Amino acid sequence: MQVVTDHVFKALADPTRRALFERLARDGEQTVHALTHRAGVSQPAVSKHLGVLKHARLVRGRRKGRETHYSAQPQALAPMIDWMSIYGAFWRERFDRLESLLKRMDQ
Amino acid sequence: MKPDTTRSLVIEREMPHSPEKIWRALTQSALIEEWLMKNDFQPVVSHRFNFRATPVQNWNGIIDCEVLVFEPNSRLSYSWSSMGLMSVVAWTLTPTKDGTHVRMEHSGFRSEEDAAYKGARYGWQKFIGSLDRVVGGLD
Repeated sequence: MQVVTDHVFKALADPTRRALFERLARDGEQTVHALTHRAGVSQPAVSKHLGVLKHARLVRGRRKGRETHYSAQPQALAPMIDWMSIYGAFWRERFDRLESLLKRMDQ
Repeated sequence: MKPDTTRSLVIEREMPHSPEKIWRALTQSALIEEWLMKNDFQPVVSHRFNFRATPVQNWNGIIDCEVLVFEPNSRLSYSWSSMGLMSVVAWTLTPTKDGTHVRMEHSGFRSEEDAAYKGARYGWQKFIGSLDRVVGGLD
């Protein structure tokens, strides 16, 4: 797990790779060609960045005809997410809902 | 996972309601859904169930759980697994003069060294935050 985590951190330390990953996470599966069109770097550079993301299991490539379609695998981020801050906000909001429900149960 | 490498989230509140009533809200499936999430909870130790949030892209919204402790009007605990997080939620109800002291402990979070610290070091914790609808989707 630690090794995988380090790969993920290193992969995302680069702003171009972060941008590529974010676009795939947001817009869904895309080809290298489509990604290059908007990345502002050459196609070989995009391919190289995708290779690093793939090694970190942040993206997956699916061969279709002559092109590879890449998609984001955000679950690779799970080991590093600060779940505690996410759940802190989540539970406080749910406690409010619980109290509101308990008031309604009185009626 | 070593105990000293994990952290817990604790929320405690005084509520002006009886433990029996709060217990119902914590353990009756239809009531749980009203304040927490859709679920197929059953009041039986070892029962496996799911909480279901609205699915978002790349997250099916499902949390896998198992009832670990069920002591009526007092203690309830279930495991909570989703998106690689393996954790435990434990509820403790203690009667007070005016109602009930409600304590929720969500434990099993990795240490800051593993998560927030590294995130800050690489300067992308904010980036993760911007993806919360993708990876979290907790509403």
